Amino acid sequence: MKALVSVKRVVDYNVRIQVKSDGSGVVTDGVKHSMNPFDEIAMEEAVRQKEKGKITEIVAITIGGDKNEETLRSALAFGADRAIHIKEAGDVQPLTAAKAFAAVMKKEGAQVLFTGKQAIDDDANQTGQMVASLLDIAQATFASKVELDGAKATVTREVDAGLETLEVDLPAVITTDLRLNEPRYLKLPDIMKAKKKPIETVSFADLGVTAAAGLKTTKTAAPAGRSKGVMVKTTDELIAALKGKGLL
Amino acid sequence: MANILVIAEHAEGKLNAAVSKTLAAAAKIGGDVHVAVLAADGAAVAEQAAKLDGVAKVLVVNNAANANPVAAVLAPQIAELAKNYSHVLFPGTTFGKDLAPRVAAKLDVAQVSDVMAVHGANSFDRPTYAGNAITTVETPAGTVVATVRLASFTAVGAGGSAAVETVSVSAAVPSHTRFVKLEAQKSERPDLQSANRVVSGGRALGSSENFKVIFDFADKIGAGVGASRAAVDSGYVPNDMQVGQTGKIIAPELYFAIGISGAIQHLAGIKDARTIVAINKDPEAPIFEVADIGLVGDLFQVVPELTGKV
Ligand SMILES: Cc1cc2nc3c(=O)[nH]c(=O)nc-3n(C[C@H](O)[C@H](O)[C@H](O)COP(=O)(O)OP(=O)(O)OC[C@H]3O[C@@H](n4cnc5c(N)ncnc54)[C@H](O)[C@@H]3O)c2cc1C
Ligand SMILES: Nc1ncnc2c1ncn2[C@@H]1O[C@H](COP(=O)(O)O)[C@@H](O)[C@H]1O
Repeated sequence: MKALVSVKRVVDYNVRIQVKSDGSGVVTDGVKHSMNPFDEIAMEEAVRQKEKGKITEIVAITIGGDKNEETLRSALAFGADRAIHIKEAGDVQPLTAAKAFAAVMKKEGAQVLFTGKQAIDDDANQTGQMVASLLDIAQATFASKVELDGAKATVTREVDAGLETLEVDLPAVITTDLRLNEPRYLKLPDIMKAKKKPIETVSFADLGVTAAAGLKTTKTAAPAGRSKGVMVKTTDELIAALKGKGLL
Repeated sequence: MANILVIAEHAEGKLNAAVSKTLAAAAKIGGDVHVAVLAADGAAVAEQAAKLDGVAKVLVVNNAANANPVAAVLAPQIAELAKNYSHVLFPGTTFGKDLAPRVAAKLDVAQVSDVMAVHGANSFDRPTYAGNAITTVETPAGTVVATVRLASFTAVGAGGSAAVETVSVSAAVPSHTRFVKLEAQKSERPDLQSANRVVSGGRALGSSENFKVIFDFADKIGAGVGASRAAVDSGYVPNDMQVGQTGKIIAPELYFAIGISGAIQHLAGIKDARTIVAINKDPEAPIFEVADIGLVGDLFQVVPELTGKV
């Protein structure tokens, strides 16, 4: 069974985000980028499923400019067999990304697409569900446990009420939540091996995809700050402070 | 004028409180607001929805396939209903986040996730980068599909009496997705997302047994209980208690962060808390930068002491 894994290049999760003073966006130049953490979990899951013999080939896929090659190299170091770079610079929103992934899914005849549940830059939490919708196939979002079994998968999902289990027929889209696994640290030999693995470059046009009308961002602002608080030394002072605010 | 359809989340015959907050966002947009209840038998839920202020009509779609909230099953039905509306709004819960994009893609429109402010029928604020950059977005032509960030809206009142109408849809529902089970955490404590007071514990608790100091304090002050990702990942408490960028976003009057360092991903979940109290043994912990009241100390000493005194 062939699996696709989407990997997005995003500003690293440890970076303190700076909003540009003219409100035109956030500072991304010269800022550390890495693979979206949820996509690392997606990669790890695909590799573990391959180690268990459930998956035979893993194809990593990204959309973005030249620098996304780094992200694909990381995916190949994780254990992807090959990669597809959909080279499109500029802002690619979830619906357009989903159309491209749906096209690749079809072309590759993949049985499962693993995506992160959300990209930590746009925090949209849309792309995986949109791919499943466009292809009219099953989706299992926010996965914390995945069992692949021939023509179906049993997926445990993290939902507000607790844990939900779905059984889905393949092909399906599975989006990963934090507790699905803990991604491995990439080792130097794997990183070296990854350099020799093939990356195919395609465009939206090659895939027959036209960009969908997207949201227009008219302003980006830093969130309202919180004013500096007070420090108290004892529990009595804390209780008094809370009573003073009418909170106890 | 806008025609807004709000999709009702419900379980075991009870309307989810998130729907009322979603209606508050709908009211900000203005226009005719309808609520859609998709269920095996939606009568009881529809009755609750009909009472919420601002609702002009409740549509009920009864279908045995709707017994559990499976996005792939609900989406084609909602896409069909959407034809008569300018906006389709979902609560920003795991239910809405799972379902809304599936509907948006069916309608071939972009989606606005986590609406936190409404500037007009087509202009909204939404958070990005774990809430560190708030963007104002305009939607393109076509149906507006959005999820509503619950912490940004106050529930509407329940003094209404809207008409309830049973409707049928012809959309075929797929059989490729089957609900197996839900393991829900039953708790007597206030619900995390609507509680006025929340007490959260972090990695510092060290074990699920030790988490008792958090529960005891919470129970004493009638608070809901939350946790950091580290506490959930370590297995001290279940996943539905995680607060943060990828957990629950909450807006209580009073929030206690106990043994939590204050990572940006955690802060993303508590930015709208009215008052934040931090208890941490490290005076340099970033949580103190956002706390309204901070106390440096060992939680295992401080918290039982508080429980005894309040
Ligand atoms: C993509 C992504 C998404 C994430 N989403 C979330 C999310 O939704 N929610 C979330 O919480 N995190 C999230 N995280 C994780 C986040 O980055 C932090 O790792 C996590 O919040 C840390 O949890 P913590 O504060 O409990 O643990 P730590 O950072 O280890 O902090 C423990 C704190 O306890 C203090 N302490 C220790 N002992 C005591 C004591 N006896 N008394 C008092 N204080 C003590 C320490 O000084 C320290 O400050 C996410 C991370 C990523 C990469
Ligand atoms: N440009 C992209 N390149 C690769 N993967 C993407 C891209 N955009 C979205 N994705 C995938 O879709 C997931 C959800 O993204 P989003 O819907 O933007 O929150 C991400 O975790 C990625 O796996």
